[in-house]
Amino acid sequence: MADATRARERATAHVVTAHRWRWVEAAPWLVATGAFFLLPDYMTLGTQIVITVMFALSLDLILGFAGIITLGHAAYFGVGAYACGMLSAHLGWTEPVSALFAATLVAAFVGWLSGLVLMRYHGLTLLMLTLSVAILLQQLANTYSDFTGGFDGLTGIYFDPVFGVFEYDLWSHTHYWYALAWLAVVFVVARRIVYSPFGRSLVGIRENALRMHAVGAPVFRRQVAVYTVSAGIAGLSGALFAQANTFVTLDVLGFTRSGIIMIILILGGTGRLYGAFVGAIVYMVLEDELSKLTPEFWEFGVGLALVLVVLFARNGILGLLDRARSLLAERGR
Amino acid sequence: MSDFVLEADAVTKSFGALSVARDISFRLEKGARHGLIGPNGAGKTTFINLLTGVLTPDRGVVRLGGADVTRLTPEQRCRRGLARTFQINQLFPSLSALENVLLALTERDGRAWRFLRPLGQHADLIDEAMSLLAGLGLESIAARSVQELAYGQQRLVEIAIALASRPRVLLLDEPAAGVPGAESRLILDAIEALDPDIAVLVIEHDMDFIFRIARRISVLVAGAILVEGTPEEIAADPAVREVYLGETTHAH
Ligand SMILES: Nc1ncnc2c1ncn2[C@@H]1O[C@H](COP(=O)(O)OP(=O)(O)OP(=O)(O)O)[C@@H](O)[C@H]1O
Ligand SMILES: [Mg+2]
Repeated sequence: MADATRARERATAHVVTAHRWRWVEAAPWLVATGAFFLLPDYMTLGTQIVITVMFALSLDLILGFAGIITLGHAAYFGVGAYACGMLSAHLGWTEPVSALFAATLVAAFVGWLSGLVLMRYHGLTLLMLTLSVAILLQQLANTYSDFTGGFDGLTGIYFDPVFGVFEYDLWSHTHYWYALAWLAVVFVVARRIVYSPFGRSLVGIRENALRMHAVGAPVFRRQVAVYTVSAGIAGLSGALFAQANTFVTLDVLGFTRSGIIMIILILGGTGRLYGAFVGAIVYMVLEDELSKLTPEFWEFGVGLALVLVVLFARNGILGLLDRARSLLAERGR
Repeated sequence: MSDFVLEADAVTKSFGALSVARDISFRLEKGARHGLIGPNGAGKTTFINLLTGVLTPDRGVVRLGGADVTRLTPEQRCRRGLARTFQINQLFPSLSALENVLLALTERDGRAWRFLRPLGQHADLIDEAMSLLAGLGLESIAARSVQELAYGQQRLVEIAIALASRPRVLLLDEPAAGVPGAESRLILDAIEALDPDIAVLVIEHDMDFIFRIARRISVLVAGAILVEGTPEEIAADPAVREVYLGETTHAH
């Protein structure tokens, strides 16, 4: 009897314990804290990395978990950035936290609206349509330059100190902790979602949408829901970007940004949350270092790395680490 | 409400010039054990697709529990108690057998929108999933990802997923095709052990299998029902022998 219970426990452990925190999960936060004390002069880069991690995380929710492909995710990053910037520049809304909330809601709303159309399509059609949404928004931003600053960019963005206490500084130290705190909040939320029944159903849709229909899942509504959440998080990262840079240009909506965030996520590993961290850190640190040497070399290097990852490490850097670990475990036996 | 839990009324469907369902009228009562046989390409799978809403008929009506469901989507029909298995496995390949079943359970239970409490803490569903798997002899491989399983075991997971929806009507499209003998027995046992109130429709080419389960059999030929009757009547029917059983007898 006890044997049977233990066998059942062993068989269900992978589900029962899936959501439990593991010690390694402290690593990104230790690295982030360590980086602050060891490399205080690099916190402008650090802030950009934190923002990019959050953006990549938003992409992981739809691409990695729900299997929704997109080449236009910068659309929501850009909407968040412009919404936040315009609140300050035009309306004088300079309280940073509430401005972030507002920008997040605007981006989520745009995500929901576009998702209602986009989620009816798959494959190449979806890819082209996501691309179109981003281009459309960029054109809109360009056309209505009275509001957005158009080609010259949106200036006049100013935000009060965080909670009225933490002044911004030249070294981005405040911005770094501010962005990191937001990332922690977003990460905990995303992690909750991913291990919940809702999150598992997204994985089911990624794995086999036909079967999900057949077990009664409202596939379309589920996809719209996660697309909305993802757009909101992308918008939050864009809003942080606007606050950190106090300047927004049209390239927040650009194809390059959509492409690079995809590269970053694939490089780190999709569908595992931490791929966003690894991909963003590796990509942006290398970019910062290598492009100082020779920009051509950097771009060539990115291309080559991507080819190698796609050919030999479909699950990204984290996938490689997993494989190395299981090889070592087998050796050990 | 009629006694017929699933009903097709003059259902017709063509793919271009090919007519794959011609005026099919068909009824499944509560607790039915019904076999559907017919040569390859007769339109058996198409008929299941029409019943489940994967395809919409050109003409005719599908009723579930007395209500017209002809325009409803597969997921809406599933939530009204119609579950199926596919001729070609439709699993969640990289997930474990347990997770495969859990996905269907959370949908049936209406918990799949919940996004706060982790799935791992829904102990009642996990217990139910394990009991379901145990009933099909899959308890020991519950943690293995289904793409690593033997084909026969995958076939059983396919059935487990359908059962997890706790259906009133269950449509099985060649559940034992390609399954080795021992596991084929498991599938038979599982069908025989089903709640007697569930209406079951089984498509199968294996005559021994179908004669073990079915109390009534319909023969589908070229998109039309040729004849319906008890297994004895079907086995004795000269027309059936000619188009269907005749072929298999020769093959033996
Ligand atoms: N989506 C489709 N478009 C066009 N033709 C189709 C489609 N689906 C099925 N067919 C054709 O319809 C006919 C019936 O196919 P169906 O799969 O229903 O037969 P079946 O009785 O299930 O055969 P089998 O015993 O081989 O599974 C076949 O000739 C098939 O090629
Ligand atoms: Mg078939």
